[in-house]
Amino acid sequence: MSNPAFFEFLCRMGDNTLVLGHRVSEWCGHAPVLEEDIALANTALDLIGQTQMWLGLAGEVEGNGRSADDLAMLRDAWDFRNVLLAEQPNGDFGQTMMRQFLFDAWHVSMLEALQQSSDARVAGIAAKSVKEAAYHLDRSGDTVIRLGDGTSESHRRMQAALDLLWPYVGEFFVADEVDSAMAEAGIAPDPASLRAAFDRRVADVMSEATLTIPESDFAHKGGKSGFRHSEHLGHLLTQMQWLQRAYPGASW
Amino acid sequence: MKPAVDQVWDWLDQVPDPEIPVISVVDLGIVREVRWEDDALEIAVTPTYSGCPATSVISMDIETAMRDRGVTDIRIKTRISPPWTTEWLSDKGRAKLVEYGIAPPRPAGGPDACPRCKSSNVERISQFGSTPCKAQWRCRDCMEPFDYFKCI
Repeated sequence: MSNPAFFEFLCRMGDNTLVLGHRVSEWCGHAPVLEEDIALANTALDLIGQTQMWLGLAGEVEGNGRSADDLAMLRDAWDFRNVLLAEQPNGDFGQTMMRQFLFDAWHVSMLEALQQSSDARVAGIAAKSVKEAAYHLDRSGDTVIRLGDGTSESHRRMQAALDLLWPYVGEFFVADEVDSAMAEAGIAPDPASLRAAFDRRVADVMSEATLTIPESDFAHKGGKSGFRHSEHLGHLLTQMQWLQRAYPGASW
Repeated sequence: MKPAVDQVWDWLDQVPDPEIPVISVVDLGIVREVRWEDDALEIAVTPTYSGCPATSVISMDIETAMRDRGVTDIRIKTRISPPWTTEWLSDKGRAKLVEYGIAPPRPAGGPDACPRCKSSNVERISQFGSTPCKAQWRCRDCMEPFDYFKCI
């Protein structure tokens, strides 16, 4: 492989959307009301569609003939490069929507920046995905506001969700050698450069939602490097990959 | 047999969208280019939403339609850039959507009127709907729910 850092980067983008997309799809048939069920399923579908593009390009860049499906279904937990936030369990509906909002707030800024990528294929995928991500952000932001500034029970749950998930936000913005190589090549932005816009976006929504952003900036790390995923990823993969594990090579 | 590109466009305009069969794939604006590459007919198609399950069905339908008309060497290419926008929906397609009961996309972010009774007294039920490209709205006058084609 001529560019292992590029492959890593593409796996990060694709694994984020794949793992979060799978998580969100777990709501299918279980959401509090039909409209939300449909909205969650559609969000998951968009994310899985984006995965197809990112992992498809990852396989192409790797040059070993692996398809997007191969990368999604035949790798084990230690090869996944998603941030820890994406793999966290759904919890209640509020926790799912808080996770979605925190992800969307980063995702939109990231995709906006990637539209200027020096790699035309990356810019193309970003331009396609950013429209969908912006639509997700509209909805997740609205929902966080409505539930945060809702009843005392919904407020309590949303504050608990924010407290629980906030320590997973930092991982988006800490650069490692893969990020530095991508920034240097002009393929992707320096992750830290996205923080100010993210903080502004989150602060606006949380203040409208009457929620308090935790003061600590402690950050769990290890997802995007693959060094240490949380215990939840393995369980997710046993669900997502069981068919390929039980019937290797099955297709329809 | 090597039919003219214009002829192929006409044929494509008879291939219905699998989810909204009143409009064609050309009305939807997803056919980006038709050209002959030597003896192969190359058709560039762009997906509406990246995860839309109809995309592969559409490619199959296009291929079948071309084969039915005697073209055998067909290459369908997926082109994601520039990304599909609802601005590419044809005027003919928009009119057909309304007739079918789906409010066409508007930059304002919502329908201007109920496609059934034309009342402008409408409200959003959900930002998402029965397919990735639609949202659910309701008319407060005739009380009917209806689909709105999301504007992207």
